[in-house]
Amino acid sequence: MLKLIKNLVQLYNYRVLIFSLVGRELKARYRGTILGFFWSFFNPFLLMVVYTVVFGFILRPRDPAFGASPLNYALFLFCGLLPWVWFTSSTIESSMVLMTHGQLIKKILFPAEVLPVVIVLSNLVHFLLGLPILFLFFIILGKGFTWWVLFLPVVIFIQLIFSQGLSFLVSSLTVYFKDIKDILNNLLTFWFFATPIIYPMSFKTIQNSKLLKTFLYLNPMTHIMEGYQYSLFYGSLPHWKKLSVTFLVSLFLFFFGYYIFDKLRDLFPEEV
Amino acid sequence: MIAIKAENLTKVFRKYSTRHRFLTFKSALVKGSLFKDLKPDELVTALKDINFEVEKGITFGIIGENGSGKSTLLKIIAGITKPTSGRVITNGRISALIELGAGFHPEITGRENVYINGIMLGLSKKEISDKFDEIVKFAELEDFIDAPVKTYSSGMYMRLGFAVAINVNPDILLVDEVLAVGDASFVPKCLDKINDFRRRKKTIVFVSHDLSTVERICDKVMWLKKGRIQMIGEPKRVVDAYLQDIAEKQEESLETRHKELDLEKKWEEEKREKRWGKREIEIKSVKLKDLEGNEKFVFSPDEGMIIEMDVEAKSKMEDFVFGIGIFNSEGVCCFGTNTHLEDFTPVSFEGKGKVIFKIEKLNLINGTYYLDVATHKRDGYPYDYHKSLYSFAIASRNKSIGIYCPPHSWQFSRKIKIKKPSKK
Repeated sequence: MLKLIKNLVQLYNYRVLIFSLVGRELKARYRGTILGFFWSFFNPFLLMVVYTVVFGFILRPRDPAFGASPLNYALFLFCGLLPWVWFTSSTIESSMVLMTHGQLIKKILFPAEVLPVVIVLSNLVHFLLGLPILFLFFIILGKGFTWWVLFLPVVIFIQLIFSQGLSFLVSSLTVYFKDIKDILNNLLTFWFFATPIIYPMSFKTIQNSKLLKTFLYLNPMTHIMEGYQYSLFYGSLPHWKKLSVTFLVSLFLFFFGYYIFDKLRDLFPEEV
Repeated sequence: MIAIKAENLTKVFRKYSTRHRFLTFKSALVKGSLFKDLKPDELVTALKDINFEVEKGITFGIIGENGSGKSTLLKIIAGITKPTSGRVITNGRISALIELGAGFHPEITGRENVYINGIMLGLSKKEISDKFDEIVKFAELEDFIDAPVKTYSSGMYMRLGFAVAINVNPDILLVDEVLAVGDASFVPKCLDKINDFRRRKKTIVFVSHDLSTVERICDKVMWLKKGRIQMIGEPKRVVDAYLQDIAEKQEESLETRHKELDLEKKWEEEKREKRWGKREIEIKSVKLKDLEGNEKFVFSPDEGMIIEMDVEAKSKMEDFVFGIGIFNSEGVCCFGTNTHLEDFTPVSFEGKGKVIFKIEKLNLINGTYYLDVATHKRDGYPYDYHKSLYSFAIASRNKSIGIYCPPHSWQFSRKIKIKKPSKK
């Protein structure tokens, strides 16, 4: 346990390396594209347009929260979609990161845990770049904000811890079981629909079914997503008790994920 | 002062089969017994009980055949892999040149890569900024430093990798065969830099197959064989013993080759292409011997050779020529002759006989050679022709090139100051 903490502190000492690698990741991602960094804004925007058309105009949400307005629904959707993209891309990229950077682990003295951290952080930057678009739409559509928007960093932090824990776990295990990558792809699709992103928790069908409700509440991402929705869309106090529990769960996952990672790391150079 | 100390180092690699992985995966899912079941099917011992010390400031060479554990040892010293048991103690900052440019990102520019690679190798941003110009100059990339690394040639890539790694300014430098791929102008430059390190009394561990370089620059050499230390000590002595060992091994493999040839069956099936003629006069067997008459396959250039052929004629023959030809591995005829070319006149031959061809001194350069032997008519009609069925090797420390190595010597007038090679 002591060694674990020591290694985690070590992670802080790698911050220069981490930040330059995040910078490299961001630079490399859009290098050679004409729109460059604009894709960071453009990608979530296009995603929102598609979801709005399909779920807002074609399927027409009946929840009172949206006042039967598809554009209102689009804003709600965007609140969950943006952080979800951060979550899934971090997880999927993490599952491959040790293999794609095998050269580093095998050929030079390189702290392997830096790699999953870089993945989650660079995706966080993309997420943060998408936020101004979200804010812009809130203003354009006249929705406005309450002071609860200041709660946003807390939610982001909780998701960061959760996502990082999962990232440690997934990246180290995939080195041994390459199948995890494919399992993840499917699991994440399922997870997406098992999280209130395209529908609100207040939806009648959910509220009426005890089973569904319990199931959704057991999903930590539910509370994180609700955190976003409350602080941005509803403009009221998020369920801070549930969120606190989620934070503890995230913290546990973080340490557990790192524990597994630490346990397996000695064999990375041979296996990747 | 000790720079590197290895104590009872052992490294065992694990091998897993797919089926095993599947079972592990299943039980990990079902029972959650991941660590317990993560046991390998097969263990490969790469290093076994390695103990040695490297004093500070010396250049330490490691030699050995492929797969003898040299690179694994280097990676353990560098801290990249962990030993299965035992430990390594190192004193000072280490830089490992195991693979140059590992960690370069192809999409971003050389400049950005230098910074990031430097940070990976443990430099601070400021240190890199201070050394940046020097790095670029050393890599000869002034004009390309702002182009993405993916546009670099492999030589440019390597030069930049070397330039960054060498500028980490380590106390201990580990070099693994990286110089083997450089072009003619860059390798001397790298060696210069390494020599510079030696002058500044830094510790260098040098892994290489280039034995002459090892002998030249190392103060102490370790020879690894199948993961164990075979010998450790004064460079010339170790390199000589290693060469001796290789020669013996080569001898063995050539010997098995000859033994296989003796099997009559194989003759017929596989070697038809390499043997022709109706065998009115048959060459029954061919033996290679040294001048003392011992059968042998690896010769030194100063040695002589006897080619002994057992021949048999089923009926009385009056027109016959015996010949031999020596070819190098590129198929170039180094020497060929026959009794007809040398004006022998055949009279008659029936029954069994022996032909002995004696070479006083081989005078060939290093390499593998193939031997043709034949009996034929004076007009060229073959009785029995053996094309490259036999081979032998020349092994020496002399690295001259070409085909023929005439007995030679050097003389210099007094003004030319030149050091003689250390006596072999």
